Amino acid sequence: MQQSTLRAWSAVHKWTSLICTAFILMLCLTGLPLIFHDEIDAALDDSEWQPANPDGPLLSLDRMLDAALANRPDHVPLFMSFDTDRPVVNVTSGPTPDASDGEMHFASFDRTSGELVPGHHEGGVMDFILRLHTDMFLGLPGMLFLGAMGFLLFIAIVSGVVLYAPFMRKLDFGTLRTERSKRLKWLDYHNLLGVVTVAWLTVVGLTGVVNTLSTPIVDTWRTQALADLTEGYRDAPVPTPAEMASLDRAVAQAEAAAPDMTLQFVAFPGGGWSTDHHFAIFLHGNTSLTEHIITPALVDARSGEFADMREMPWYNKTLSLSGPLHFGDYGGLPLKILWAVLDVITIVVLITGLYLWVARRRANPATARDGVPIPTQTAGSKP
Amino acid sequence: MHENRIRRRKTPRQIFAAPIFIALLSLVGLLAALLGNGVFDWVSWVGLAVPVLMVGWAMKARRR
Repeated sequence: MQQSTLRAWSAVHKWTSLICTAFILMLCLTGLPLIFHDEIDAALDDSEWQPANPDGPLLSLDRMLDAALANRPDHVPLFMSFDTDRPVVNVTSGPTPDASDGEMHFASFDRTSGELVPGHHEGGVMDFILRLHTDMFLGLPGMLFLGAMGFLLFIAIVSGVVLYAPFMRKLDFGTLRTERSKRLKWLDYHNLLGVVTVAWLTVVGLTGVVNTLSTPIVDTWRTQALADLTEGYRDAPVPTPAEMASLDRAVAQAEAAAPDMTLQFVAFPGGGWSTDHHFAIFLHGNTSLTEHIITPALVDARSGEFADMREMPWYNKTLSLSGPLHFGDYGGLPLKILWAVLDVITIVVLITGLYLWVARRRANPATARDGVPIPTQTAGSKP
Repeated sequence: MHENRIRRRKTPRQIFAAPIFIALLSLVGLLAALLGNGVFDWVSWVGLAVPVLMVGWAMKARRR
């Protein structure tokens, strides 16, 4: 590669890195506890909760919905989800069907008694870390901004790989020159740690970018893929809870339409995950791969009539698979631990990169405007 | 530096052989646990342990 081309790549590496480093560092630091959020939540939850009637029958979903609305009389239901390890139904409600995240209320109910399950600490430290990690408390613009930072990270990775070659022309893979100068030592660590984590960080970075696009992706699906279902309704208002048909009957129809799938959650009409007039009943497959892919059955929320069951388009499936590949929660605790180690390695790459930039500015302010210094073809690998 | 100068310049293939090998194993690791459980999980752990183990190996064997 020509020296001038390399110089361009080095400028790309320098600027993309400089812009995104502070944010990626924040994402790595907040992401670290989030990898273990299940374990941390379980440890923080000191209540030894037991269902009221462990051997009793499960109450109907309509009863559970009534219980949730009695608990929040001025709210409408938005989502209903189901714990897999205990008879608990979770209901998210809000003042209006299109309530923002901040206005939503999440509560869990005992499906054997209809009573509120204590223990969900809203606004706890893990919620704070999650908000910081997802959107820095700035909503959609914050999410999209972090997505842009993730994209810059991707360009920094690609340019870093290109620059790896001239630095390694005369060095064996993995060489760490620790005894000559601090700069050389951290340069070698930056190159080694960076190059071994390329695949993992690219996947975690790009799936993170896809996750930041979840709102536009789901909006596109709702307005494009479900448009034909709402044609006959004109401008009918979103049905109120009192106007809604039986949720149990709706779910039973969905399960009958997909007997080999498992119920995951229900989205109520008027929210982001359904039309203004349907229950969207989401089911997932039962194999390792398909359990991440959700498919909705749509049931008219007033009449209770089954409308359709339709596979999600490719962009929603991409979003679904981007979840586990970003969170690292799909291969047990060993995978989470590896995720954490690779996250810490990434933090070292970011800090050494920053150090190399600062050290060079100090050593030679005149050339500091240029990109990463590249060893020339003829001279030794003097940085 | 003498040591480096005596050594011949490496070709891109030589430079990127190890990184590509590590990246492929990482990708196999990333995908395995998504495709199945049991053995697939183990493949996943081994695949993603490779980059971490390479760092440990370099710190022991390639320190100069």
